[in-house]
Amino acid sequence: MTASAVLLVVAVFLASAVEMVEAATIVLAVGVTRGWRAAMLGVGAGLLALGVVVAILGPALTAIPLSALRLVVGGLLLVFGLGWLRKAILRAGGLKALHDESATFRTERDRARQAAVAAGGLDTYGFTVSFKGVLLEGLEVAFIVVTFGSNQGRIGLAALGAASAAVIVLAAVVVVRGPLARVPENTMKFGVGTLLTSFGIFWGAEGAGIEWPGADLALAVLIPLTLIVGVALVALLRRSSLSSALIQPDAA
Amino acid sequence: MNRVRAFALFWWDFIVGDDYRLALGVVLLLGLTAGLAHVGVALWWLPPLGVLSLLALSVAEAAWRQRRSAGRLRPD
Repeated sequence: MTASAVLLVVAVFLASAVEMVEAATIVLAVGVTRGWRAAMLGVGAGLLALGVVVAILGPALTAIPLSALRLVVGGLLLVFGLGWLRKAILRAGGLKALHDESATFRTERDRARQAAVAAGGLDTYGFTVSFKGVLLEGLEVAFIVVTFGSNQGRIGLAALGAASAAVIVLAAVVVVRGPLARVPENTMKFGVGTLLTSFGIFWGAEGAGIEWPGADLALAVLIPLTLIVGVALVALLRRSSLSSALIQPDAA
Repeated sequence: MNRVRAFALFWWDFIVGDDYRLALGVVLLLGLTAGLAHVGVALWWLPPLGVLSLLALSVAEAAWRQRRSAGRLRPD
């Protein structure tokens, strides 16, 4: 397996795992409070809808010329990755509250308890919440798999990365059976944002007609460079007095 | 109409995220890179420099906005 293939699998694995943790948190909250039937039906329907979207999206993407595909996909990945990285930097720097899976779990659980169960039939609330969670987060996984995979002509490898993440997250769900708060989500998002941004720069530039010095090896420079800039921005934010005040609001 | 709006908002939030200027900057940057490459000026350093500058500016702007709103809220 080449270095770019390994990077592809790792990038897809990490990105998919983040989305799957979020979806699993929602499904767990619904399953525990509303019952597993509606939750699992929602999961099934969400996966089915996702399959339809991927079946339509996949072939459409492979019919587009590679340079145009790289430009569009590189641009999308860049926008997507920069958004993640920006948010992760602001969180790590203390300017934005850390995403708390425990809080998400509690919020979803409380909402579920407040909603009325449909008399005698399917719990539509539980079904809809599960369906929505799986479809939205799964769409992000599908987007990552199709874009990463089709760009390198290795959809199978990208799918392998996502499938590995699914197995590991599922195993974690079975073991932890809770809100998955132990997964350091922001650290993961920081890493994923770095990878998405680096791949986005690489493919976007190639699609725009640039030939990288060292070809695929340029990624080995782009990834650490993006990481260094991200870490430096976090350090700068942490050094500011405002960040200190926001991290310890009760100290004043 | 509400559903169409919700659908559009979902895709906007899904792709563009919190700062639309990042998305706009990426489009302009890749367009500039492609335009220059088309006339024979292929600047490989332009996309990484441009993207990381966009990121730094977006983070700095968010920090500045926080500082400004914290200043307004601070009691005299």
